[in-house]
Formats: sequence, structure tokens, C-alpha cells
Amino acid sequence: MLFFIEVTLSGLMAGVMYSLVALGFVLIFKASGIFNFAQGVMALFAALTLVGLMEKFNFPVWLAIIGTIAVMIALAWLIERVMLRHLVNQEPIILFMATIGLAYVLEGVGDIMWGSDVKLLDIGIPQGAWGWLWDQGIYVEKLELFAAGTAAVLVIFLAIFFQKTRIGRALRAVADDHQAALSVGISLNTIWVVVWSVSGIVALVAGIMWGSKSGVQFSLSLIALKALPVLILGGFTSVPGAIIGGMIIGVGEKLAEVYIGPIVGGAIENWFAYMLALAFLLFRPQGLFGDKIIERV
Amino acid sequence: MIYRETGQFKSSYQADQALFPIKQDRYVILGILIVTFAIVPMLLNQYWLNAIMLPFLIYSLAALGLNILTGYCGQVSLGTGGFMAVGAFSVYKLMIAFPELGFIPLVLISGFITAAVGTLFGLPSLRIKGFYLAVATLAAQFFLVWLFNKVGWFYNYNASGMINSPPMTVFGVIITGPEGDMHGKYYLVAAFVAVFALAAKNIARGRIGRNWMAIRDMDIAAELIGVRPLIAKLSAFAVSSFYIGMAGALYFAVWLGSAEPTEAFDINQSFLVLFMIIIGGLGSVLGSFLGAGFLVLMPILLKNIMVDGLGTDAALAAHIEIITVGVLIIGFLIVEPHGLARLWRIAKEKMRLWPFPH
Amino acid sequence: MSTRNIGDVILKVDNIDLSFGVMKVLDNISFDVRQGEIRSIIGPNGAGKSSLLNVINGFYHPQQGTITFKGDTRKQMAPHVAASHGIARTFQNIALFKGMSTLDNIMTGRNLKMKTNLFWQALHIGPARAEELENREAAERIIDFLDIQAIRKKPVGKLPYGLQKRVELGRALAAEPELLLLDEPMAGMNSEEKEDMCRFIIDVNDEFGTTITLIEHDMGVVMDLSDRVLVLDYGKQLADGIPDEVRNNQSVIDAYLGVPHE
Repeated sequence: MLFFIEVTLSGLMAGVMYSLVALGFVLIFKASGIFNFAQGVMALFAALTLVGLMEKFNFPVWLAIIGTIAVMIALAWLIERVMLRHLVNQEPIILFMATIGLAYVLEGVGDIMWGSDVKLLDIGIPQGAWGWLWDQGIYVEKLELFAAGTAAVLVIFLAIFFQKTRIGRALRAVADDHQAALSVGISLNTIWVVVWSVSGIVALVAGIMWGSKSGVQFSLSLIALKALPVLILGGFTSVPGAIIGGMIIGVGEKLAEVYIGPIVGGAIENWFAYMLALAFLLFRPQGLFGDKIIERV
Repeated sequence: MIYRETGQFKSSYQADQALFPIKQDRYVILGILIVTFAIVPMLLNQYWLNAIMLPFLIYSLAALGLNILTGYCGQVSLGTGGFMAVGAFSVYKLMIAFPELGFIPLVLISGFITAAVGTLFGLPSLRIKGFYLAVATLAAQFFLVWLFNKVGWFYNYNASGMINSPPMTVFGVIITGPEGDMHGKYYLVAAFVAVFALAAKNIARGRIGRNWMAIRDMDIAAELIGVRPLIAKLSAFAVSSFYIGMAGALYFAVWLGSAEPTEAFDINQSFLVLFMIIIGGLGSVLGSFLGAGFLVLMPILLKNIMVDGLGTDAALAAHIEIITVGVLIIGFLIVEPHGLARLWRIAKEKMRLWPFPH
Repeated sequence: MSTRNIGDVILKVDNIDLSFGVMKVLDNISFDVRQGEIRSIIGPNGAGKSSLLNVINGFYHPQQGTITFKGDTRKQMAPHVAASHGIARTFQNIALFKGMSTLDNIMTGRNLKMKTNLFWQALHIGPARAEELENREAAERIIDFLDIQAIRKKPVGKLPYGLQKRVELGRALAAEPELLLLDEPMAGMNSEEKEDMCRFIIDVNDEFGTTITLIEHDMGVVMDLSDRVLVLDYGKQLADGIPDEVRNNQSVIDAYLGVPHE
């Protein structure tokens, strides 16, 4: 029983990590209808930049983080300038493909700038087992708890941002209705820069957490693939969906790995989440938090 | 020769419905066939055939398959790599178990097996649409690659986990594996591609192709005029997977000679083929070829220029290559989101009207 | 119109209830359509007119009631059953296949008349070719009938609105339906286009004997064309009868704020 709890808890924690990445997807999809495949690479790119600033320029942690945030905002601006504004009104699949192109570019640039070897990322996040639960006989990483806490803070921050600030409300308006938002004089270009910046910062947070856990390396960009089933489960446009979906996937995956994995030869975590999400969708096509869609003709 | 349809009157619907109703187009196609089957094999050496023509033709076949599903029927799939793996492992097992059937039938059977698997993974398309479906097809990609990697039976418990293509002959010429005759390989693959490109074109212009496009353009209306979404979507998955499976079989048995699932059929294969049809043109047979040609040639060209021409360090060149590919893709999408096939069509329109632009 | 034969009841819906969650869209609707007649459904926006057509051809499934078409009574229709039994329709917001040509749209309408399998189609010889040609001729007859020869090979997405409506009618006719459901065939048209469309509707009814059920807002058109008119308001049946009865019905006049409809 203790073992089961331990597995579930560790699944929940891993799920939070997925949620962090899924959150970045959701923000961009909600505001612009773009399925940003580069979200994972953005997390890698942010982590690489952070490590680079700390190692090569000897920045202190806080300055490196601010510097990385600045880089991510500049990147968002650049993406809007060079790519998005020329692709307005294109089919969703075209925009999707463009973000795959973007993923290639970011990957190459990140490697050239900071090198492609595995780097350690240590910004002082506590590591090791969390004492209190360890005393109860359950192993939980401090880092993962920290990540969960950060995710909670991030979600609260985002909620305030969307509810209380002018630009946040504008973002929601765009998400609800592009035309209407444009007609009341909200510039789509600004919106895009803001939303890509926000999701760049979310990517940085995700990059820090994953990087602290397993080093900054190319495989970090592949966590995007782990976040995708979260999206089909929670919905492309739902922030709570991303959070809850992430946890369901995290727990489901860990339990499957421990209890089913040995039977079928292991390494099932690559596809199990997808199957879980799919099975779920067959019974509830609108996802976790979606409304039942009434189709009209 | 002036490209013109004026003066070419059609006196029957049959003539009007011909594959290439304009005379000059028929000459062009004839020319391409002559070049493909007579001139290319004469002019090109082993390196060119192996490094460029074989991958170009095989990827064209895969792109045709994906284009049937995505371009004609509107269902985005990211499972191409996984389906190619099904084709490859099917033909491998068949070549070992039933070599007496002959290579060409085995490739076709591999296509049918892949069609069955593809149909199975196409089932979610009945409930979910768009990007939800695209992500769901990743389930196929990851599951299939995992399966071929984990279950020893598929690679005959080979210690390295690799599959190696045993030599098989067609009309007395060895065409599979490393000992295969390069010209034989080329002819075989070119014949496959020519036959199935024609078949794709025929299906696309008939009832089934129209039903696919109807589902793509307006699925609800299609259903209400009697197109069964179940049949239309699953048949698109089946035909598409059939093509991709054959491409996977040829990719492994004829071109690579040996393969390891996690590398040869990983998710980047899925993206590569998807890029081909987007850059080439969705819903266009010609576009599948143009896209495959572009994406096969470009990296080779870049590498030649940088490593051989400029003496760039190989690792750096690899990074620059991936950036360039990314930039070119974005640039392409910005300049012509409807793909190379559209550019070709515009050029044809212009030629038709030349020298009077209006 | 005196030469037309109005026959027996071909379609009958009884006590249809349809709701989405708490929203009741159709409340106990019953009406019938007779062979060969032109039957109109009118009512303000949101009255449930399109939903009623959606129930008839199986896109919506009502919670209560039955649908009887050509003697078969069902709790609900399935779209392909409706289509294969001879119900065709057009849509309020044009639902053409935008990436396809006019000809291909109309040929798709003949989908149910075509049977050859994938194998023959891939080869495009023998039965597939014969079938294609035979149906092409049928499609061309419709193209001639609607006078749209010039746009045969044009992608429909680029056609002007009035022509798109006409192509959509063509696609529905291609199925050679017994019952044709038209959802606002004249919405957004100028008076000349409306006249053309009226003529097509009358001709279809006259020449092919097709039974027609249409939703329309233009009262002049409705009163001229229709044999009988059903009036809906907020999902409820307000009146049902020949145009003159409906015109003088007090609750109908009230629903339309007492505005005369001539």
C-alpha cells in the first residue's frame, strides 16, 4: 500500500511537470489557435540560455533568470515579426508546420550558441528526499514538490494576469473571438508578442524544473511529446484541463510503468499516455472540461 | 511548343475526363516516363541512384500515401514513421518465411498488412478531429516503434535488434540488401512508384476520391448527402497506409538493406513526410513528388556546399543544416502555403494565356 | 400549378421533442408533407426551423416522437438512411465542398448512384469508367438545367454567393431525391437571383415531381410558392395550413408583430 501511494505521489509530481509544458501549449493555442510544436524546444532553449548565462558569463542566478526572460521576450517579438505576421489567416496546419520549422531553428541555434553537451543546471533548488514523508516510509523528491509549488504559483499568477490586467483581458477577448477583438482596436500583433512571451516564460519554468532534474540536453525538448496527450485529455484551450490532465497522465503513466511495464517488457512510457488519453476520448470526445459540442448546419 | 488548350475540342465526356485532357500535358508525362526509365539509369552512376533517386522515389510513394489521407481526406497524421515500420517489418518477416512468393507480391502483402494496421489506428478519427486526431496518431507512431523494438519475434531475436534484408531477386536480378544491383533496384522502385501514382490519380478523380474531399471540405454536409464518414475515413486510412507500408518495405529492403526501428522510423520520419506534402502541395499527386524531391535534395545540397565546398566543421554543418531546413520551411509556408504544385499550376495558367496576360 | 398532382403523405413527423440540455428547441411538433407538394416552414429566427430539417434527415436525434417516411416509421433517422431513401437537402449557410469544382460537387451528389469498388477505380477501366461516364451525363443534365455550364470546372469556393446557392441546389438534385429540403434557398440574394431560384424550385417540382420542403423568410415567395405552410415560433407549432389561412391566423400575425407580409 505504501508503495502504491509512493508511486501515485511520484506520478502526481511528474504530472505537474507535464502540466507545466502543456500550459505553454494551451496559452498559445487559446490566444491564437496555433498548435505550437516548438514549445518543448522553447523549454530547452530557455534552459540552455540560463545555463549559458550562468556558466559562460558568470551571472548570478537571479540575473541569469532575468536575462533569460529578456531573451524569451525578444524571441517572442522576433517570432511575431519574422514568422507569425506573415502567416495570419493561414490554415491551422500551415501554422503548425511553421512551428515545427521554428523548432528546428531554435534547436540549431541553441546548440551553436551553447554547445550540445549535457549541462548540469543548479540554481539552488533543494534536492533529495523530502524528510517528513520519508519518515513515513514514502520517497518524494524535494525538487518535485518544489516544482508543484512553482506550478501552483504560476497558475495563480496567470489567473491574476488574465482576470485583472488590461492586456490579460484583451487576450481573453482574442481567445473568444478574433474578429470582435480586432474590431474594438486590440492589435493582434501585440497580443501575439505578449502571449508568446508568457509562454516563453512558462517554458523557462518548465526548462528549469526538468533541467534541474535530469540535466539540460536535447532530450529535454522531447518533453513536448509527453505533454501532447495531456492536451488531448485536458483540451487544447483549457488551463485547468492542462493541470488536471497532466496529473492524470502522470499518475496513470507511473502506475502503468510499475504494474504493467514488467509484464510487457518495459519502456511503455513513450506511448502509454497516448493510449490512456485516446481511450478516455473515445468515451468523452470533448475532453475533460470541454462542453458538449452542438454541431450546426 | 505552345501550351494551349484552344483548338483542342472535346466531343465526348470521356475525352474531357481523360487523365490529362490537354495534349501538351500528355507529351510532358510521356517525356517524364522516358527520362525516368531510359535516360536516368543511363546517365546516373551508382552514387546518384542510391543517394538521390532511390530515396526520392521511395519518399514520393510515402508522400503520396500521406497526401491521400491528409491532402485529400483532411485527416492529419503524424504516424507515418510507425506505418513505414509496419511495412518494413512485414516485408522482413515475409521475406524470411515465404521467399518463394517473390519480392513484388511480398511488398504488396506488406502494404495490405499496413493498411489493416492503419485502419485500426484510424478508428479514433470517427470521434475526434483536427489536432486532437493528429496527436492521437502519435499513439500509433510511439506504440508501433516500441513494439518492433521490444518484441523479439519481429526482428527474429537478432542480438542487435536490427533487421537485415536477405537477398531476393526479381527477374533474376538481386534487388534487395547490400548485394543488390543498383539499376535493378532503381527500375523496380520506379515501376512501383509509376504504377501507384497512376492508381492514386485514378482513385482521387473517381467517386472515392470525391467522397474523401467531401469529408475534408465539409464533413457534415458530406454525411447528409449520403457519404458514410466511417467508410470514407477508414478507406482513406487504409489506402494511405497501404502506400506508406509499401514505401516502408522498399525503404528497408531495397534502399537501406538493414534497419533499426528507433532510428529508421522515428517521429522525424513522420514530420519529414508531412513536410513533403505541405511543401509539395496538399491534395496533389504532383505535389507529393515535388515535395519529396525538394526535401531529399536540399540536405544533400547543403551538406555538399558546406562540408565539401566551404570546409565547414561537420558538427557545425549539421547544426546549420537543421537551421536552414527550418528557415526554408517557414519561408516556404510564408511565400506559398499551397505548395510547389500550386506554383506549377499558376505557371501553367500563365503559359496558357501567354502572350496575352489578360 | 393546377396540373400538379398532390399525392399521399410521403413524410409525417409526430410529436417531435428536441432539446439540447435545458434548451428546448422543438416542442411537440407534428406535421406532414404530401407527395408532390411544396411545403414551407416559416418562423422568426431561432424558431427551430433548421433543427426540424435536421431531425428529418437524421442529423439531430429527437428525444420524443416519430418520423415516418414512405411508410417506414422510425424514432430517429440516420443521415445515410435519409439520403439513401431519397431525402436531399441544401443548407442555410452554404455547405459546398469548397476545394472541389462545380462538376465534382454535383458528381459527389451522385455518390449513392455509384457502386464500383476501389480496385476498379484505381485502374479506371471497365465498370468504373462506364459508371463515371454515365453519371457524368446525369450531372451534365443538371448543369444544363441550372444553366451553370460556364462554371463547370471552377472551384466553388471562388464563385459568387448566388451561384454557390445554385450549385448547392444542383448537388442536392444530383441525388434524384423524392423529398428535397431547402434551407433558406434565397437568403441573401438580390431580386433577380431570387426570381431565378423560384423558377428552379417550381421547375424541379413540376418537371421531376420532386416533393419540396423549404424554409424561407421572404413572405412573398413563401405565399406564392407554397401549397401549405407550417409556422414555428420558439420551437412551438403556431399554425399550419394553406397560405391564406396562415396569413390570417391571429397568433401568426402576433408573432410577426402584426406586420403585414404582402
